[in-house]
Amino acid sequence: MPLLEARDVHGGYGGMNILNGINMTLEADEVGVIVGPNGAGKSTMLKAIFGLLLVNQGEILLRGEPIHNLPPNKLVQKGMGFVPQENNTFPSMTVQENLEMGAFLKPDSVKPMLKQVYEAFPPLYDKRHQRAGELSGGQRQMVAMGRALMAEPSVLLLDEPTAGLSPLYMNEIFARIKEINAIGVGILMVEQNAKQALAIADKGFVLAAGQNRFTDTGAALLADPDVAKSFLGG
Amino acid sequence: MNEFMFFINNVLIAGSVSGSIYAIGAVGVTLVFSIMRFAHFAHADMMTFGAFMVLALTTAFPAAGASLGMPTAVVMLPIAMALTALLAVGIDKAFYKPLRAHGVKPIVLVIGSLGVTLMLQGVIRLFAGTGGQNLYVDDRKEIFRMVLPLEGVRVPVVITEPQLYLFILTLLSVVALHLFLNRSRLGKAMRAMSDNPELAQASGINTNTIVAVTWVIAGSLAAIAGTLLSLDVTFKPDLSFFLLLPIFAAAIVGGVGHPYGAIAGGFVVGFAETLAVFNWNILLRPYRDSFPDWLELPTNLAFVGTEYKIVVPFFILVAILIWRPTGIFKGKVI
Repeated sequence: MPLLEARDVHGGYGGMNILNGINMTLEADEVGVIVGPNGAGKSTMLKAIFGLLLVNQGEILLRGEPIHNLPPNKLVQKGMGFVPQENNTFPSMTVQENLEMGAFLKPDSVKPMLKQVYEAFPPLYDKRHQRAGELSGGQRQMVAMGRALMAEPSVLLLDEPTAGLSPLYMNEIFARIKEINAIGVGILMVEQNAKQALAIADKGFVLAAGQNRFTDTGAALLADPDVAKSFLGG
Repeated sequence: MNEFMFFINNVLIAGSVSGSIYAIGAVGVTLVFSIMRFAHFAHADMMTFGAFMVLALTTAFPAAGASLGMPTAVVMLPIAMALTALLAVGIDKAFYKPLRAHGVKPIVLVIGSLGVTLMLQGVIRLFAGTGGQNLYVDDRKEIFRMVLPLEGVRVPVVITEPQLYLFILTLLSVVALHLFLNRSRLGKAMRAMSDNPELAQASGINTNTIVAVTWVIAGSLAAIAGTLLSLDVTFKPDLSFFLLLPIFAAAIVGGVGHPYGAIAGGFVVGFAETLAVFNWNILLRPYRDSFPDWLELPTNLAFVGTEYKIVVPFFILVAILIWRPTGIFKGKVI
Protein backbone atom coordinates (compact mmCIF):
# COMPACT_ATOMS: atom_id res chain seq x y z
CA MET A 1 0.00 0.00 0.00
CA PRO A 2 1.48 3.39 -0.94
CA LEU A 3 2.20 5.89 1.85
CA LEU A 4 0.41 8.74 0.16
CA GLU A 5 -1.94 8.58 -2.78
CA ALA A 6 -3.91 11.27 -4.59
CA ARG A 7 -6.62 10.22 -7.01
CA ASP A 8 -8.08 12.70 -9.50
CA VAL A 9 -7.90 15.62 -7.04
CA HIS A 10 -9.88 18.75 -7.92
CA GLY A 11 -9.84 21.76 -5.61
CA GLY A 12 -9.23 25.44 -5.14
CA TYR A 13 -10.23 28.54 -3.22
CA GLY A 14 -13.86 29.68 -3.07
CA GLY A 15 -15.37 27.94 -6.10
CA MET A 16 -12.46 28.61 -8.47
CA ASN A 17 -10.64 25.32 -9.10
CA ILE A 18 -6.86 25.42 -9.42
CA LEU A 19 -6.35 21.65 -9.33
CA ASN A 20 -8.08 19.88 -12.21
CA GLY A 21 -7.52 16.19 -11.59
CA ILE A 22 -4.12 15.40 -10.12
CA ASN A 23 -2.86 11.86 -9.46
CA MET A 24 0.15 11.06 -7.28
CA THR A 25 1.58 8.03 -5.54
CA LEU A 26 4.42 8.10 -3.03
CA GLU A 27 5.96 5.09 -1.31
CA ALA A 28 7.23 5.26 2.26
CA ASP A 29 10.93 5.31 1.34
CA GLU A 30 10.66 7.82 -1.51
CA VAL A 31 11.45 11.46 -2.12
CA GLY A 32 8.81 12.93 -4.41
CA VAL A 33 9.35 16.28 -6.13
CA ILE A 34 6.62 18.43 -7.69
CA VAL A 35 7.86 20.78 -10.39
CA GLY A 36 6.20 22.87 -13.06
CA PRO A 37 5.72 26.44 -14.26
CA ASN A 38 4.27 29.23 -12.08
CA GLY A 39 0.55 28.82 -11.56
CA ALA A 40 0.64 25.07 -12.27
CA GLY A 41 -0.86 24.39 -8.84
CA LYS A 42 2.28 22.94 -7.17
CA SER A 43 1.95 24.64 -3.77
CA THR A 44 -1.83 24.42 -4.02
CA MET A 45 -1.56 20.63 -4.29
CA LEU A 46 0.63 20.50 -1.17
CA LYS A 47 -1.90 22.66 0.71
CA ALA A 48 -4.75 20.45 -0.48
CA ILE A 49 -2.97 17.40 0.95
CA PHE A 50 -2.47 19.21 4.28
CA GLY A 51 -6.14 20.18 4.53
CA LEU A 52 -5.57 23.90 3.94
CA LEU A 53 -7.95 24.13 1.01
CA LEU A 54 -11.12 22.47 -0.11
CA VAL A 55 -10.87 19.28 -2.18
CA ASN A 56 -14.21 19.11 -4.00
CA GLN A 57 -13.61 16.02 -6.14
CA GLY A 58 -11.34 12.99 -5.97
CA GLU A 59 -9.61 11.65 -2.87
CA ILE A 60 -6.36 11.73 -0.95
CA LEU A 61 -5.32 8.62 0.99
CA LEU A 62 -2.71 8.21 3.71
CA ARG A 63 -1.86 4.49 3.93
CA GLY A 64 -5.22 3.73 2.32
CA GLU A 65 -7.21 5.93 4.73
CA PRO A 66 -9.07 8.91 3.19
CA ILE A 67 -7.74 12.17 4.67
CA HIS A 68 -8.93 14.91 2.33
CA ASN A 69 -10.60 17.89 4.03
CA LEU A 70 -9.44 16.85 7.50
CA PRO A 71 -8.19 19.85 9.55
CA PRO A 72 -4.38 20.23 9.82
CA ASN A 73 -4.20 19.34 13.53
CA LYS A 74 -5.87 15.97 12.79
CA LEU A 75 -3.37 15.34 9.99
CA VAL A 76 -0.46 16.07 12.34
CA GLN A 77 -1.87 13.39 14.66
CA LYS A 78 -2.00 10.98 11.73
CA GLY A 79 1.69 11.49 11.03
CA MET A 80 1.84 14.26 8.46
CA GLY A 81 4.23 17.19 8.73
CA PHE A 82 4.07 20.42 6.71
CA VAL A 83 6.70 23.11 6.24
CA PRO A 84 5.23 26.22 4.57
CA GLN A 85 7.39 28.26 2.24
CA GLU A 86 7.07 31.54 4.14
CA ASN A 87 6.44 32.40 7.78
CA ASN A 88 7.52 28.91 8.76
CA THR A 89 8.91 29.75 12.22
CA PHE A 90 7.68 31.45 15.40
CA PRO A 91 9.98 34.50 15.14
CA SER A 92 9.79 35.75 18.74
CA MET A 93 10.39 32.31 20.24
CA THR A 94 13.76 30.64 20.68
CA VAL A 95 14.95 27.87 18.37
CA GLN A 96 14.34 25.30 21.08
CA GLU A 97 10.83 26.61 21.80
CA ASN A 98 10.09 26.44 18.06
CA LEU A 99 11.11 22.80 18.06
CA GLU A 100 9.11 22.06 21.23
CA MET A 101 5.97 23.42 19.52
CA GLY A 102 6.47 20.81 16.78
CA ALA A 103 5.95 18.06 19.37
CA PHE A 104 3.01 19.85 21.01
CA LEU A 105 0.79 16.78 20.64
CA LYS A 106 3.49 14.43 21.98
CA PRO A 107 4.88 16.13 25.10
CA ASP A 108 6.61 12.92 26.23
CA SER A 109 8.75 12.64 23.14
CA VAL A 110 10.09 16.23 23.30
CA LYS A 111 13.42 15.27 24.89
CA PRO A 112 14.44 12.33 22.66
CA MET A 113 13.25 14.15 19.53
CA LEU A 114 15.15 17.33 20.43
CA LYS A 115 18.30 15.21 20.60
CA GLN A 116 17.57 13.68 17.20
CA VAL A 117 16.81 17.02 15.54
CA TYR A 118 19.97 18.61 16.98
CA GLU A 119 21.94 15.66 15.60
CA ALA A 120 20.36 16.13 12.18
CA PHE A 121 20.92 19.93 12.25
CA PRO A 122 24.04 20.62 14.36
CA PRO A 123 23.96 24.42 13.71
CA LEU A 124 20.63 24.61 15.53
CA TYR A 125 22.12 23.27 18.77
CA ASP A 126 24.51 26.23 19.04
CA LYS A 127 21.65 28.66 18.39
CA ARG A 128 19.05 26.93 20.54
CA HIS A 129 18.52 29.92 22.87
CA GLN A 130 18.42 32.48 20.06
CA ARG A 131 15.15 33.81 18.68
CA ALA A 132 14.20 32.21 15.37
CA GLY A 133 13.50 35.65 13.88
CA GLU A 134 17.18 36.59 14.28
CA LEU A 135 18.51 33.66 12.23
CA SER A 136 19.61 33.61 8.57
CA GLY A 137 17.27 32.24 5.90
CA GLY A 138 19.00 28.86 5.72
CA GLN A 139 19.03 28.41 9.48
CA ARG A 140 15.36 29.39 9.65
CA GLN A 141 14.60 26.70 7.06
CA MET A 142 16.40 24.19 9.31
CA VAL A 143 14.29 25.32 12.29
CA ALA A 144 11.16 24.92 10.17
CA MET A 145 12.11 21.40 9.05
CA GLY A 146 13.23 20.49 12.57
CA ARG A 147 9.90 21.69 14.00
CA ALA A 148 7.99 19.48 11.55
CA LEU A 149 10.26 16.48 12.35
CA MET A 150 9.61 16.82 16.10
CA ALA A 151 6.16 15.27 15.62
CA GLU A 152 7.84 12.12 14.21
CA PRO A 153 5.93 12.31 10.93
CA SER A 154 5.76 9.43 8.47
CA VAL A 155 5.48 11.89 5.58
CA LEU A 156 6.87 15.41 5.36
CA LEU A 157 5.48 18.02 2.94
CA LEU A 158 7.98 20.77 2.05
CA ASP A 159 6.92 23.89 0.12
CA GLU A 160 9.97 25.24 -1.73
CA PRO A 161 12.52 24.50 1.02
CA THR A 162 15.35 26.19 -0.88
CA ALA A 163 13.52 29.36 -2.00
CA GLY A 164 15.79 32.38 -1.60
CA LEU A 165 18.79 30.37 -0.40
CA SER A 166 22.33 30.56 -1.83
CA PRO A 167 23.47 27.52 -3.91
CA LEU A 168 25.69 26.44 -1.00
CA TYR A 169 22.77 26.34 1.42
CA MET A 170 20.56 24.76 -1.22
CA ASN A 171 22.86 21.74 -1.50
CA GLU A 172 23.05 21.55 2.30
CA ILE A 173 19.25 21.47 2.60
CA PHE A 174 18.92 18.85 -0.16
CA ALA A 175 21.53 16.69 1.60
CA ARG A 176 19.56 16.96 4.87
CA ILE A 177 16.34 16.04 3.06
CA LYS A 178 18.00 12.87 1.76
CA GLU A 179 19.17 12.06 5.30
CA ILE A 180 15.68 12.55 6.74
CA ASN A 181 14.31 10.29 4.00
CA ALA A 182 16.94 7.66 4.86
CA ILE A 183 15.61 7.38 8.45
CA GLY A 184 12.19 6.43 7.07
CA VAL A 185 10.27 9.66 6.44
CA GLY A 186 8.55 9.95 3.08
CA ILE A 187 9.18 13.36 1.49
CA LEU A 188 6.96 15.28 -0.92
CA MET A 189 8.29 18.68 -1.89
CA VAL A 190 7.58 21.50 -4.29
CA GLU A 191 10.70 22.99 -5.89
CA GLN A 192 11.61 25.86 -8.19
CA ASN A 193 15.18 24.61 -8.51
CA ALA A 194 13.83 21.75 -10.62
CA LYS A 195 17.05 20.25 -11.98
CA GLN A 196 18.78 19.97 -8.59
CA ALA A 197 15.60 18.69 -6.94
CA LEU A 198 14.89 16.04 -9.58
CA ALA A 199 18.47 14.85 -9.18
CA ILE A 200 17.70 13.68 -5.63
CA ALA A 201 14.11 12.58 -6.39
CA ASP A 202 12.90 9.01 -6.56
CA LYS A 203 9.77 10.27 -8.20
CA GLY A 204 9.01 13.48 -10.06
CA PHE A 205 5.64 15.01 -10.86
CA VAL A 206 5.59 17.66 -13.57
CA LEU A 207 2.37 19.69 -13.29
CA ALA A 208 0.89 22.19 -15.72
CA ALA A 209 -2.45 23.99 -15.45
CA GLY A 210 -3.50 21.90 -12.47
CA GLN A 211 -2.95 18.54 -14.16
CA ASN A 212 -0.17 15.92 -14.40
CA ARG A 213 1.98 16.37 -17.53
CA PHE A 214 4.77 13.90 -16.81
CA THR A 215 5.24 11.42 -13.99
CA ASP A 216 8.36 9.30 -13.78
CA THR A 217 11.52 8.75 -11.74
CA GLY A 218 13.62 11.84 -11.19
CA ALA A 219 16.43 10.55 -13.39
CA ALA A 220 14.09 9.64 -16.25
CA LEU A 221 12.46 13.08 -16.18
CA LEU A 222 15.85 14.78 -16.26
CA ALA A 223 16.80 12.66 -19.28
CA ASP A 224 13.52 13.27 -21.13
CA PRO A 225 14.09 15.89 -23.87
CA ASP A 226 10.42 16.98 -23.82
CA VAL A 227 10.53 17.73 -20.09
CA ALA A 228 13.88 19.46 -20.47
CA LYS A 229 12.64 21.67 -23.30
CA SER A 230 9.35 22.77 -21.77
CA PHE A 231 10.03 22.79 -18.05
CA LEU A 232 13.74 22.76 -17.23
CA GLY A 233 14.80 25.63 -19.47
CA GLY A 234 16.44 23.48 -22.19
CA MET B 1 12.54 66.10 53.91
CA ASN B 2 8.86 66.33 54.87
CA GLU B 3 8.15 67.70 51.43
CA PHE B 4 9.84 64.65 49.98
CA MET B 5 7.54 62.44 52.07
CA PHE B 6 4.61 64.20 50.40
CA PHE B 7 6.18 63.29 47.10
CA ILE B 8 6.48 59.63 48.13
CA ASN B 9 2.85 59.48 49.22
CA ASN B 10 1.32 61.41 46.34
CA VAL B 11 3.49 60.25 43.48
CA LEU B 12 5.34 57.05 44.33
CA ILE B 13 2.59 55.24 46.22
CA ALA B 14 -0.37 56.72 44.37
CA GLY B 15 1.39 56.06 41.04
CA SER B 16 2.16 52.46 41.99
CA VAL B 17 -1.48 51.93 42.96
CA SER B 18 -2.94 53.14 39.66
CA GLY B 19 0.04 51.69 37.77
CA SER B 20 -0.61 48.21 39.20
CA ILE B 21 -4.29 48.33 38.31
CA TYR B 22 -3.61 49.63 34.79
CA ALA B 23 -0.88 47.01 34.34
CA ILE B 24 -3.08 44.05 35.30
CA GLY B 25 -5.90 45.39 33.15
CA ALA B 26 -3.63 46.08 30.17
CA VAL B 27 -2.12 42.57 30.32
CA GLY B 28 -5.62 41.13 29.81
CA VAL B 29 -6.35 43.49 26.91
CA THR B 30 -3.01 42.75 25.27
CA LEU B 31 -3.35 38.94 25.65
CA VAL B 32 -6.81 38.97 24.11
CA PHE B 33 -5.46 41.11 21.26
CA SER B 34 -2.46 38.87 20.64
CA ILE B 35 -4.61 35.74 20.33
CA MET B 36 -7.84 37.05 18.78
CA ARG B 37 -6.56 40.25 17.12
CA PHE B 38 -9.25 42.61 18.35
CA ALA B 39 -9.48 45.35 20.97
CA HIS B 40 -11.71 43.99 23.71
CA PHE B 41 -13.63 47.00 25.02
CA ALA B 42 -15.65 44.96 27.51
CA HIS B 43 -12.49 44.27 29.54
CA ALA B 44 -13.12 47.09 32.02
CA ASP B 45 -16.59 45.80 32.75
CA MET B 46 -15.21 42.32 33.29
CA MET B 47 -13.12 44.00 36.01
CA THR B 48 -16.28 45.49 37.53
CA PHE B 49 -17.98 42.10 37.25
CA GLY B 50 -15.15 40.50 39.26
CA ALA B 51 -15.54 43.12 41.98
CA PHE B 52 -19.31 42.64 41.86
CA MET B 53 -18.85 38.90 42.45
CA VAL B 54 -16.69 39.72 45.48
CA LEU B 55 -19.39 42.11 46.70
CA ALA B 56 -22.08 39.44 46.34
CA LEU B 57 -19.93 36.82 48.09
CA THR B 58 -18.91 39.10 50.97
CA THR B 59 -22.54 40.10 51.46
CA ALA B 60 -23.49 36.42 51.60
CA PHE B 61 -20.64 35.34 53.91
CA PRO B 62 -19.53 38.48 55.77
CA ALA B 63 -17.68 36.57 58.51
CA ALA B 64 -15.54 34.40 56.22
CA GLY B 65 -12.47 36.62 56.49
CA ALA B 66 -12.33 37.09 60.24
CA SER B 67 -11.33 33.48 60.93
CA LEU B 68 -8.37 33.82 58.54
CA GLY B 69 -7.37 37.28 59.71
CA MET B 70 -7.82 38.76 56.25
CA PRO B 71 -10.49 41.06 54.80
CA THR B 72 -13.43 38.94 53.61
CA ALA B 73 -13.14 40.50 50.15
CA VAL B 74 -9.59 39.17 49.72
CA VAL B 75 -10.64 35.70 50.89
CA MET B 76 -13.44 35.69 48.33
CA LEU B 77 -11.18 36.87 45.50
CA PRO B 78 -10.15 33.39 44.22
CA ILE B 79 -13.81 32.38 43.88
CA ALA B 80 -14.60 35.66 42.10
CA MET B 81 -11.63 35.06 39.77
CA ALA B 82 -12.98 31.62 38.86
CA LEU B 83 -16.49 33.05 38.27
CA THR B 84 -15.16 35.92 36.13
CA ALA B 85 -13.02 33.49 34.12
CA LEU B 86 -16.17 31.43 33.56
CA LEU B 87 -18.05 34.57 32.50
CA ALA B 88 -15.26 35.47 30.05
CA VAL B 89 -15.29 32.00 28.47
CA GLY B 90 -19.12 32.11 28.36
CA ILE B 91 -19.19 35.55 26.71
CA ASP B 92 -16.73 34.31 24.10
CA LYS B 93 -18.83 31.21 23.38
CA ALA B 94 -22.06 33.21 23.16
CA PHE B 95 -20.94 36.36 21.32
CA TYR B 96 -17.43 36.34 19.86
CA LYS B 97 -17.08 32.73 18.72
CA PRO B 98 -20.06 32.82 16.31
CA LEU B 99 -18.64 36.06 14.84
CA ARG B 100 -15.18 34.48 14.41
CA ALA B 101 -16.79 31.41 12.80
CA HIS B 102 -18.27 33.75 10.18
CA GLY B 103 -14.80 35.13 9.53
CA VAL B 104 -15.81 38.74 10.29
CA LYS B 105 -13.37 41.65 10.30
CA PRO B 106 -11.84 42.58 13.70
CA ILE B 107 -13.88 45.81 13.81
CA VAL B 108 -17.09 43.75 14.04
CA LEU B 109 -15.71 42.01 17.13
CA VAL B 110 -14.78 45.41 18.60
CA ILE B 111 -18.33 46.67 18.11
CA GLY B 112 -19.60 43.40 19.55
CA SER B 113 -17.48 43.96 22.65
CA LEU B 114 -19.02 47.43 23.04
CA GLY B 115 -22.40 45.72 23.14
CA VAL B 116 -21.13 43.30 25.78
CA THR B 117 -19.89 46.29 27.82
CA LEU B 118 -23.35 47.87 27.87
CA MET B 119 -24.95 44.55 28.70
CA LEU B 120 -22.56 43.83 31.59
CA GLN B 121 -23.04 47.31 33.02
CA GLY B 122 -26.79 46.85 32.84
CA VAL B 123 -26.68 43.49 34.59
CA ILE B 124 -24.42 44.79 37.37
CA ARG B 125 -26.65 47.86 37.90
CA LEU B 126 -29.71 45.62 37.99
CA PHE B 127 -28.36 43.67 40.95
CA ALA B 128 -25.97 46.04 42.70
CA GLY B 129 -27.85 49.31 42.22
CA THR B 130 -26.26 52.47 40.88
CA GLY B 131 -24.69 53.86 44.01
CA GLY B 132 -21.30 53.24 45.59
CA GLN B 133 -20.85 50.41 48.09
CA ASN B 134 -18.06 49.52 50.44
CA LEU B 135 -16.36 46.22 49.77
CA TYR B 136 -14.88 46.33 53.25
CA VAL B 137 -17.78 44.67 55.04
CA ASP B 138 -15.52 44.02 58.04
CA ASP B 139 -15.18 47.81 58.19
CA ARG B 140 -11.63 47.86 59.46
CA LYS B 141 -9.58 49.18 56.58
CA GLU B 142 -6.19 49.36 58.23
CA ILE B 143 -3.97 52.30 57.46
CA PHE B 144 -0.26 51.95 58.09
CA ARG B 145 1.66 55.13 58.89
CA MET B 146 5.41 54.79 58.89
CA VAL B 147 7.57 57.70 59.98
CA LEU B 148 10.92 57.09 58.36
CA PRO B 149 13.81 57.29 60.87
CA LEU B 150 15.39 60.34 59.29
CA GLU B 151 16.26 63.62 60.94
CA GLY B 152 13.43 66.15 60.97
CA VAL B 153 10.91 63.87 59.30
CA ARG B 154 7.43 64.20 60.76
CA VAL B 155 5.22 63.35 57.79
CA PRO B 156 4.61 59.59 57.68
CA VAL B 157 4.54 57.38 54.62
CA VAL B 158 0.90 56.30 54.40
CA ILE B 159 -0.14 53.00 52.91
CA THR B 160 -3.46 51.22 53.35
CA GLU B 161 -4.14 47.51 53.73
CA PRO B 162 -5.79 47.08 50.29
CA GLN B 163 -2.86 48.88 48.69
CA LEU B 164 -0.49 46.36 50.27
CA TYR B 165 -2.65 43.51 48.94
CA LEU B 166 -2.65 45.20 45.56
CA PHE B 167 1.17 45.36 45.40
CA ILE B 168 1.54 41.74 46.58
CA LEU B 169 -1.07 40.40 44.16
CA THR B 170 0.31 42.42 41.24
CA LEU B 171 3.76 41.00 41.87
CA LEU B 172 2.39 37.46 42.20
CA SER B 173 0.32 37.82 39.00
CA VAL B 174 3.28 39.08 37.01
CA VAL B 175 5.56 36.26 38.24
CA ALA B 176 2.85 33.64 37.64
CA LEU B 177 2.17 34.98 34.15
CA HIS B 178 5.88 35.02 33.33
CA LEU B 179 6.33 31.41 34.45
CA PHE B 180 3.19 30.34 32.59
CA LEU B 181 4.22 31.95 29.29
CA ASN B 182 7.82 30.76 29.39
CA ARG B 183 7.76 27.42 31.16
CA SER B 184 4.41 25.73 30.56
CA ARG B 185 3.44 23.87 27.41
CA LEU B 186 0.15 25.79 27.08
CA GLY B 187 1.81 29.14 27.72
CA LYS B 188 4.36 28.52 24.98
CA ALA B 189 1.56 27.43 22.67
CA MET B 190 -0.15 30.75 23.43
CA ARG B 191 2.98 32.64 22.40
CA ALA B 192 3.24 30.46 19.30
CA MET B 193 -0.33 31.30 18.32
CA SER B 194 0.29 34.99 18.90
CA ASP B 195 3.44 34.77 16.72
CA ASN B 196 2.11 32.74 13.80
CA PRO B 197 -1.45 31.36 14.03
CA GLU B 198 -1.28 29.29 10.81
CA LEU B 199 1.93 27.56 11.81
CA ALA B 200 0.59 26.94 15.33
CA GLN B 201 -2.32 25.11 13.74
CA ALA B 202 0.02 23.21 11.43
CA SER B 203 1.93 22.10 14.55
CA GLY B 204 -1.23 20.51 15.95
CA ILE B 205 -2.02 23.26 18.47
CA ASN B 206 -5.77 23.44 19.04
CA THR B 207 -6.94 27.01 18.47
CA ASN B 208 -10.07 26.64 20.62
CA THR B 209 -8.10 25.49 23.66
CA ILE B 210 -5.75 28.45 23.43
CA VAL B 211 -8.65 30.89 23.03
CA ALA B 212 -10.31 29.44 26.15
CA VAL B 213 -7.06 29.63 28.16
CA THR B 214 -6.66 33.26 27.09
CA TRP B 215 -10.13 34.14 28.39
CA VAL B 216 -9.50 32.31 31.66
CA ILE B 217 -6.34 34.37 32.25
CA ALA B 218 -7.92 37.64 31.09
CA GLY B 219 -10.99 37.04 33.26
CA SER B 220 -9.03 36.13 36.41
CA LEU B 221 -6.70 39.11 36.03
CA ALA B 222 -9.70 41.39 35.43
CA ALA B 223 -11.28 40.15 38.67
CA ILE B 224 -8.07 40.91 40.61
CA ALA B 225 -7.77 44.42 39.17
CA GLY B 226 -11.46 45.25 39.64
CA THR B 227 -11.61 43.97 43.21
CA LEU B 228 -8.46 45.71 44.38
CA LEU B 229 -9.55 48.93 42.77
CA SER B 230 -12.92 48.71 44.52
CA LEU B 231 -11.19 47.94 47.83
CA ASP B 232 -8.95 50.97 47.45
CA VAL B 233 -11.90 53.26 46.76
CA THR B 234 -15.48 51.94 46.72
CA PHE B 235 -17.45 49.65 44.45
CA LYS B 236 -19.46 51.44 41.76
CA PRO B 237 -21.03 49.89 38.63
CA ASP B 238 -19.21 52.35 36.37
CA LEU B 239 -15.92 52.40 38.28
CA SER B 240 -13.76 50.38 35.88
CA PHE B 241 -15.45 51.72 32.77
CA PHE B 242 -13.58 54.98 33.31
CA LEU B 243 -10.33 53.02 33.36
CA LEU B 244 -10.82 51.90 29.77
CA LEU B 245 -8.84 54.80 28.33
CA PRO B 246 -5.78 54.51 30.62
CA ILE B 247 -5.77 50.71 30.24
CA PHE B 248 -5.78 50.90 26.44
CA ALA B 249 -3.19 53.66 26.59
CA ALA B 250 -1.03 51.36 28.75
CA ALA B 251 -1.43 48.42 26.35
CA ILE B 252 -0.52 50.60 23.36
CA VAL B 253 2.38 52.35 25.12
CA GLY B 254 3.82 48.92 25.93
CA GLY B 255 3.32 47.60 22.42
CA VAL B 256 0.06 45.79 21.71
CA GLY B 257 0.33 42.02 22.07
CA HIS B 258 3.34 42.30 24.37
CA PRO B 259 2.49 41.26 27.99
CA TYR B 260 5.66 42.70 29.57
CA GLY B 261 5.12 45.87 27.58
CA ALA B 262 1.60 46.12 29.00
CA ILE B 263 2.97 45.92 32.55
CA ALA B 264 5.57 48.59 31.84
CA GLY B 265 2.95 50.67 30.01
CA GLY B 266 0.61 50.44 33.00
CA PHE B 267 3.21 51.93 35.31
CA VAL B 268 4.24 54.57 32.74
CA VAL B 269 0.63 55.77 32.50
CA GLY B 270 0.08 55.50 36.28
CA PHE B 271 3.16 57.54 37.17
CA ALA B 272 2.55 60.02 34.36
CA GLU B 273 -0.89 60.69 35.86
CA THR B 274 0.33 61.21 39.41
CA LEU B 275 3.32 63.30 38.29
CA ALA B 276 1.01 65.49 36.22
CA VAL B 277 -1.41 66.23 39.05
CA PHE B 278 1.28 66.58 41.74
CA ASN B 279 1.68 70.08 43.13
CA TRP B 280 5.37 70.75 42.49
CA ASN B 281 5.21 73.86 44.64
CA ILE B 282 5.46 71.58 47.68
CA LEU B 283 8.93 70.41 46.67
CA LEU B 284 10.07 74.01 46.09
CA ARG B 285 8.81 75.24 49.46
CA PRO B 286 12.07 74.76 51.42
CA TYR B 287 13.98 76.90 48.90
CA ARG B 288 11.45 79.75 48.89
CA ASP B 289 13.74 82.11 50.80
CA SER B 290 16.46 81.87 48.16
CA PHE B 291 14.12 82.91 45.34
CA PRO B 292 14.40 86.51 44.11
CA ASP B 293 11.63 88.82 45.37
CA TRP B 294 10.14 89.46 41.94
CA LEU B 295 9.46 85.72 41.47
CA GLU B 296 5.98 85.00 42.78
CA LEU B 297 5.21 81.27 42.36
CA PRO B 298 1.55 80.28 42.23
CA THR B 299 0.43 78.06 45.12
CA ASN B 300 -0.58 75.25 42.78
CA LEU B 301 2.16 74.18 40.40
CA ALA B 302 0.53 71.02 39.01
CA PHE B 303 0.55 70.43 35.26
CA VAL B 304 -3.16 69.62 35.27
CA GLY B 305 -5.86 69.75 37.91
CA THR B 306 -6.86 66.45 39.54
CA GLU B 307 -10.29 66.61 37.95
CA TYR B 308 -8.62 66.65 34.50
CA LYS B 309 -6.40 63.64 35.20
CA ILE B 310 -8.02 61.71 32.33
CA VAL B 311 -6.32 63.98 29.78
CA VAL B 312 -2.95 62.50 30.74
CA PRO B 313 -3.48 58.97 29.35
CA PHE B 314 -5.31 60.54 26.42
CA PHE B 315 -2.28 62.73 25.67
CA ILE B 316 0.09 59.76 26.06
CA LEU B 317 -2.10 57.72 23.71
CA VAL B 318 -2.11 60.40 21.02
CA ALA B 319 1.63 61.04 21.41
CA ILE B 320 2.61 57.36 21.19
CA LEU B 321 0.34 56.79 18.17
CA ILE B 322 1.99 59.69 16.37
CA TRP B 323 5.62 59.07 17.25
CA ARG B 324 5.96 55.37 18.06
CA PRO B 325 2.83 53.45 17.05
CA THR B 326 4.40 50.08 17.85
CA GLY B 327 4.93 51.05 21.50
CA ILE B 328 8.08 50.89 23.60
CA PHE B 329 8.44 47.10 23.26
CA LYS B 330 7.72 46.96 19.51
CA GLY B 331 4.37 45.19 19.59
CA LYS B 332 2.16 44.45 16.63
CA VAL B 333 1.16 47.53 14.68
CA ILE B 334 -2.54 48.22 15.01
